[in-house]
Amino acid sequence: MRERGVWPVVAVVAVGGAIGASARYGASLIWPTAPGTFPATTLLVNVVGCALMGVLMVLLTEARRTLKEPHRLLRPFLGTGVLGGFTTFSTYAVDIERLAEGGHARTALAYLLLTVLAALAAVWSASWATRRAVAWRRP
Amino acid sequence: MSQLANWLCVVAGATIGAPLRFLTDRAVQARHDTVFPWGTFAVNVAGSLILGVLTGATVAGAASSHTQLFLGTGLCGALTTYSTFSYETLRLTEGGARFYAAVNVVASVVAALGAVFVGVALAETVWA
Repeated sequence: MRERGVWPVVAVVAVGGAIGASARYGASLIWPTAPGTFPATTLLVNVVGCALMGVLMVLLTEARRTLKEPHRLLRPFLGTGVLGGFTTFSTYAVDIERLAEGGHARTALAYLLLTVLAALAAVWSASWATRRAVAWRRP
Repeated sequence: MSQLANWLCVVAGATIGAPLRFLTDRAVQARHDTVFPWGTFAVNVAGSLILGVLTGATVAGAASSHTQLFLGTGLCGALTTYSTFSYETLRLTEGGARFYAAVNVVASVVAALGAVFVGVALAETVWA
């Protein structure tokens, strides 16, 4: 990436990040989770974001190979910006610490493991399914 | 009105956090010629440290709800990422680097958790 071309990327990452973070904040308002309970909303946000990342990356790679080069700002906007801003690692880590600190060690451990496993399963299965769908559509 | 202010805090924080992640990742990856995703690892640990300090400050009553939304939900939330972390882990396994993939998962979780504990402890000594 040429140096003079980096600022439009920074701008779309900022806008995308604001959209993604707003969606995450909105989810926390609609489905609030009380302190000391399983943080289901953050888990859901992270898993959905990982699945969408799997779909996006396969579609972008596929478009590059078969159609024409996708717009160079599309991946930074949707991937780095929207999905990067939507999902969060810091809230995940703090939620675990808060649960453990509050004497809910088993919930903390379950949340820790479940998030990692569900996130990896989501990105793997979503990209696998998208690859299959793309291959099936191709003549 | 207060609802609008809350949303603006989140948006303002994320508008800083997301580009900060992008630029940090770019700078870190330019210095390391390895398959290991050091850039994402760095922002996830740094963001967890900041959110740990903020959590400690909140418990001590030293952080307003707007500060929490701006710095926590907005900035730290957008600075750190789970989707890129899991995608990069998938890419490592697909590229045959299964060992690095496992190291990435374990090291990210352990380091981020450690950073939170350090951050909370730091805040407790400052705002005790």
